[in-house]
Amino acid sequence: MSTQKPIADNLFTWPSDSPKLIGSKDTETGRYFFPAKNSNQHEKVELSNKGKLWTWTVQRFLPKTPYIEQVAPEDFKPYAVGYIELPGEIMVESRLVGIDPKELEIGMEMELTIEPFVKNEEGEELLIFAFKPSVNS
Amino acid sequence: MTDVAIVGIGIHPFGRTDGVSGLQQGVHAAKEALSDAEIEWKDIEFAYGGSSAAGSADTMVSELGLTGVPFMNVSNGCATGGSALLSAYTTIKSGQFDIGMAVGFDKHPRGAFNADPEAAGLQKWYGETGLMLTTQFFGMKIQRYMHDYGITSDALALVAEKAFNNGSLNPNAWRRDPVSKEDILNGMMVSDPLTKFMFCSPAEGAVALILCRADIASKFTTKPLYLKGAAFRSRPLGSFEVFSPSLEIERGPSPTVGAAKATFEMAGIGHEDIDLAQLQDTESGAEIMHMAENGFCKDGDQEKMLQDGDTNIDGKFPVNTDGGCIANGEPVGASGLRQVYENCVQLRGAAGKRQVPNNPKTAYTHVYGAPGISACTIITN
Repeated sequence: MSTQKPIADNLFTWPSDSPKLIGSKDTETGRYFFPAKNSNQHEKVELSNKGKLWTWTVQRFLPKTPYIEQVAPEDFKPYAVGYIELPGEIMVESRLVGIDPKELEIGMEMELTIEPFVKNEEGEELLIFAFKPSVNS
Repeated sequence: MTDVAIVGIGIHPFGRTDGVSGLQQGVHAAKEALSDAEIEWKDIEFAYGGSSAAGSADTMVSELGLTGVPFMNVSNGCATGGSALLSAYTTIKSGQFDIGMAVGFDKHPRGAFNADPEAAGLQKWYGETGLMLTTQFFGMKIQRYMHDYGITSDALALVAEKAFNNGSLNPNAWRRDPVSKEDILNGMMVSDPLTKFMFCSPAEGAVALILCRADIASKFTTKPLYLKGAAFRSRPLGSFEVFSPSLEIERGPSPTVGAAKATFEMAGIGHEDIDLAQLQDTESGAEIMHMAENGFCKDGDQEKMLQDGDTNIDGKFPVNTDGGCIANGEPVGASGLRQVYENCVQLRGAAGKRQVPNNPKTAYTHVYGAPGISACTIITN
C-alpha cells in the first residue's frame, strides 16, 4: 500500500479517526478563517465536520494549471464543488463527493470526508478534504 | 468647478484580430478618438491607459507621437479602463489639465483565464485541487441566487439570447450571429447552471475616450456628452467573491452596491432617470444579479422583466445594447470603456440598427471583476 499524506500541511487533522478542517479564530473579533491564518491574533481551531450545502456547481471541463490531476481531457471526470455552511463558524469551499450532482440540493446535510486525489512524484498518495451527504440525513 | 465632457470616442473591433497586438489595437482606438474630436495627438495634455495582459499603455507614444505628454499606466484588473476614466475625470476636475485621453486595450489567449494562487494571496493546494476557477464562482453565485429569488434557467437563456441579438446589430461585436434560447439552454454545460453560450470569453479589443473641460467642449464636437458620475469600490466584508476558500456566514453587499450608490449621489439623479444601462455580464447570471445590485430592480423582479422583454433595446429598460461581454468577449483592460463607448454612441443617437428609441438622455455603466471590485458611470447629453 502506498503511503498517504495531506496535500498541504495545516489543512486538516491527519492521521485521525475523526478528521477536522483546521481553521483559525480571530481572538479580538471572534471571526473564523479557513485556511487558518498565521498571526498572533489568531488561535487555531478545529472546524465542525458537519454542515449544510449553501450552493454548488459542477466543474465540467478539465481545469488548466495549476490543477495537478494528470488526465487527458476526454478522460476527465467532472466533479461537484460547493460551499458548506458550518453552523456558527464559516462557510468552506469544497469538493462534493458520494452523490450524483443531479441529486444535490441547497440545504442538504453534509459531512467531512478525506479522499485520495493524485499521486506525487515520490508515489505518495495526496489526500484532499471533501464533503459528502451525511449518513444520518 | 467645471463639468467634464466626453468629446471623442474610438474603438478597435472586439473579438480576435490575428497579427495585430493589443497595443496596436489601442493605438487604432486612440487615433479614431482623436479623429472623432477633430484634434491631433499633440493637443492631448495627459493620458491614462492600461491593459491586463497586453503591455504598458504608455509605450503607445512611440506610435502616436513623442510629444512629452504625461502618460500614466493604470493597472486595476477588470476595473483598469474604469480607473483610467476616473483618473482622467479627476485630473480635469482638479484643474491640472484641460483635455486628455483614457484608453484601455487587451489581448488574451483563448480559454478560461489562468489563475495563480500565490499571486492572489492563496495557498497552492487551492489551485492544485481544482477549486480556483472563475467559472465555478459564477455558477455558484447564480445557483444560490436562483434558489433564493426564484430565477429560472429560462431567464438565464433570455439574457444570452438578447446579447447575441444585440451583438448581431453591432459591427464592432465579436459574436454577430443570433443564437436561439433553445440552443443556449441545450449548449454544453460549463458550470451548472451555466451553459457555454451563457459565458463570455477572454478576447481582444480597445477603446479610447477624449475628455475635456465642459466649457470648452463645443470647440471639438456639436454633441458633447457629460460624465456626471463615476465611482469605484473594492469589496466590503461579507461579499461573495471569486477565489474564496471560505466565506462569512453573515452575507453582506457586493462592491457593486457601494459603487452604484456613490455614482448616483455624485450625479445627483435617481434610478428612474436612467434610460439605458451597460451592466457587467461575464455570464448571464451576472447581468441578472447586477440589475438588482445596481438598484434597478428588486431581487427576483428580473424574471418577469426578462420574460416581458423589458431589457431589450426596445424595452422599458434596455441593458447591454451592444451585446455586452457575452457578444463582445472580455478584453479585461478595454471592457469597462467599451460600455462607456456604447453609451456615448447611444446618447449621440448614432447606434444605427441597435439605437435605443426616443432619444435617450442618460446612460449608466457598471463593470465588475476580481478580486471584488466595481466601477460605475453616469453619462448625460
